[in-house]
Amino acid sequence: MYTFTQRLKIITYVLMGLGLIGLTIGFLNAPSTVAEAQAMVADAHGGHGRDHGGDHAAAGHPDDHTDAGHADDHAGNHAGESTHADDHGDAHGEHLLHQLQNKPWAALYVAAFFFFMIALGTLAFYAIQRAAQAGWPILLYRVMEGITAYLVPGSIIIYVFLVLTGLHANHLFVWMDAETVAHDEIIQGKVGYLNVPFFLLRAAIYLIGWNLYRYLSRRLSLAQDNALVGDIRNHKLNFRISAGFLVFFFVTESMMSWDWIMSLDPHWFSTLFGWYVLASMLVTAVTVIALIAIYLKSKGYLPKVNNSHLHDLAKFMFGFSVFWTYLWFSQFMLIWYSNIPEEVTYFLTRIDDYNLPFFGMIAMNFLFPLLILMSSDYKRSNWIIVMAGIVIVLGHYIDIYNMIMPAAVGDQWFIGWAEIGGFLFFAGLFMFVVFRAISKAPLEASGDPFVGESERFVY
Amino acid sequence: MSSKIVNAVYDDDDTLLHAVKDVKKAEYRIEEVFTPFPVHGLDHAMGLASTRLAITAFMYGILGFSIAITMINYIMIVDWPMNIGGKPSFSFMENLPAFVPVIFEMTIFFAAHLMVITFYLRSRLWPFKKAENPLPETTDDKFLMQIALSGDEKVLINLLKKTGAIEVSIHKNQDA
Repeated sequence: MYTFTQRLKIITYVLMGLGLIGLTIGFLNAPSTVAEAQAMVADAHGGHGRDHGGDHAAAGHPDDHTDAGHADDHAGNHAGESTHADDHGDAHGEHLLHQLQNKPWAALYVAAFFFFMIALGTLAFYAIQRAAQAGWPILLYRVMEGITAYLVPGSIIIYVFLVLTGLHANHLFVWMDAETVAHDEIIQGKVGYLNVPFFLLRAAIYLIGWNLYRYLSRRLSLAQDNALVGDIRNHKLNFRISAGFLVFFFVTESMMSWDWIMSLDPHWFSTLFGWYVLASMLVTAVTVIALIAIYLKSKGYLPKVNNSHLHDLAKFMFGFSVFWTYLWFSQFMLIWYSNIPEEVTYFLTRIDDYNLPFFGMIAMNFLFPLLILMSSDYKRSNWIIVMAGIVIVLGHYIDIYNMIMPAAVGDQWFIGWAEIGGFLFFAGLFMFVVFRAISKAPLEASGDPFVGESERFVY
Repeated sequence: MSSKIVNAVYDDDDTLLHAVKDVKKAEYRIEEVFTPFPVHGLDHAMGLASTRLAITAFMYGILGFSIAITMINYIMIVDWPMNIGGKPSFSFMENLPAFVPVIFEMTIFFAAHLMVITFYLRSRLWPFKKAENPLPETTDDKFLMQIALSGDEKVLINLLKKTGAIEVSIHKNQDA
């Protein structure tokens, strides 16, 4: 049994405390009037509060301004087409205000989703191992179950956030704003799917389904430990519900990514977006499993986990990193090649306004893991897995940041109090929940029929 | 090298694997093992040095990567710039996304083919080569272990029988 040490507990409290302070400062610093917003931008960038029209003309879209598609890369664009053209100064100021008001909310959302995604990805990875009746990961099941324990608090936080958004506490999702929809024919065509009650209903269905599987599977896993020798009914039932869960998961995960992320840019669409988010989810999840397993091993737990198990996890880190890149590039190249204004604006805003995080993430999520994790020997070395793991986790945080921020704050991004605070708060909460859950059950799933196979596992 | 070799035939891969470990433990020199399919963990049990094929694959991949870049830059930018989809046709970097699939495929092509050729050369395999396996059944359902005979041959034969060999025979070493 693992004991959640007082020292680690204090660390998680400190992280949560610092995070809360950061978030509070972030929310307090958000401007409440147009004049404040303009003053903030003028201060921060020294007259950098530049004209959006000029920006887009340079990017090859001079007609962007009269285009209905303008709303799509600028959340909270309450100005209709006509007012935008006539009254540019005011509309621009108001637009800026909405972006800066969105910023702490978006930062909170990025961090909340990112850590929720780790738990969800781990749950999917765990279900795949169960459904495949894999022999190698049995010794790591309790680590995975510990990580998926974060699913419950993570789901509650995300759901509360979505309800608040639905109640117009923030303006992250433009399609929730009746006035914008009234001036936007494209969003009007999607109202049947993108409306607040249905949106919240779908979110509830996904979250309840995932949490239900997590609850049942964990219970069966613990019950199997106490079962009589040769009685594998719990194991068999777990296998069946895992297979069923995977069907439910892959459909709902895709819909979740459209709802929670893709609909931030309601004009834009990508058919492989669900896969893309899934790849990000799985690679981060496997990385976190490896990091926690190495941490526990360094404290003298998990004595039977050998470097072949870690080698397998590192192979998954490597493989899913390449898989992520494949999907990222497939999405990028098709949109870049066809160059349809409605679609390409998604990448134009990212390349123009988010150049460093956008391309930096390719280096962190692809080039670095590709080169460092290619060698078989490196995959068996703890410190290389840890180093690559930290880069991958941060890289995928930036990936989520790139998915959410451009729609929420446009070019007004910077890593400030709210971003760092959000990350620290959720990191602390995540660690607290995960290590507490790990400490609640024996670290070895000794009743599993495949446990012997996992113990003897040699690559 | 000893003048005599012992051939032990097995009919199960698990038995063979355990036999290899036992023979190794008794400090005999295993010359070669013939199997109809790759047996997982056999290279470990025999104490073979790990393969360097992966390193060559990496180098071949880099070679393919470089050739692909040179080739596509020459074809699409230098020699005959083509305007496809209105993309700027005089710049390699601005067209890079369109070239990535080609570069990727060429990298894989070079790595895979050259790696297979390297493997054949290293294993001394070429067309019309005469088979080296002493027993044709090792390409069907039998496993054969060749051991250099040292010391008392009865002890070795007993050991092999005990490990589950279905047939043990002693031959003159052709190479010696």
